[in-house]
Amino acid sequence: MVDIKTTKENDICKIVAVGEVDASSSIELDNAMKSAFETEKKIIVDLSGLEYISSAGLGVFVSHLEDIRSGINLVLFGLSPSVLQVFELLGLPQLIQIASTEEEALNKLN
Amino acid sequence: MTNRITISCSKDNLPKIRKFVGSVLNENKVAEVEAHKIILAVDEVCANLIIHANECNPSHNLDLTIKNDSKNIVFKIKDKGMAFDFTKYKEPSMDEIVSTRRKGGLGLMLVRRIMDKIEFTTEKNYNICTLIKKL
Repeated sequence: MVDIKTTKENDICKIVAVGEVDASSSIELDNAMKSAFETEKKIIVDLSGLEYISSAGLGVFVSHLEDIRSGINLVLFGLSPSVLQVFELLGLPQLIQIASTEEEALNKLN
Repeated sequence: MTNRITISCSKDNLPKIRKFVGSVLNENKVAEVEAHKIILAVDEVCANLIIHANECNPSHNLDLTIKNDSKNIVFKIKDKGMAFDFTKYKEPSMDEIVSTRRKGGLGLMLVRRIMDKIEFTTEKNYNICTLIKKL
């Protein structure tokens, strides 16, 4: 189960994911990411409340890497050590911007 | 020591698998971050078997057995769905996955990076996936 909330302040879209993203619940993260990528240029994703992510959740971020290459700015932040290691297993921190805090994420956007 | 759980082939049962594996690893005092990876690998295989081998058919079952000694922890996942031919599996490159915007293909990549040994066999109408992790 995952709870997803999307908010917008100034020109920055913030997606907050809380809970577990697995093969069953990844569709909810996917829907939020798709909507954001359709209209936004600057997106931060708060994963500080994310307890678990499987490949289905990683796949949601990976499927948008081409959009990032074409100019959309995405930064994830707040990953716990357990969640971060899942990204590291596939070398994703080399492909996706990851920050420790929201402040750092906002700085990376600019 | 042997621990066992049987679930029906619904994606909604994946949290039950993770909780069960987590409790067995906790009993065996596996460190939290390491346990998280092992839980992930078992979850990935179970998700693949539920979705691809059994097409999310809840009348099908998946049976997970965990055995461990001081050196290894062995996970055996049995099902009666379509067999997976691991010999024909070719790991996709990350470039390929990114450029085709694929959401799949990452699960087995993770399992291969986490587990020390992965085997897919067929015995008496059952498919058995064996995952071994050195402790």
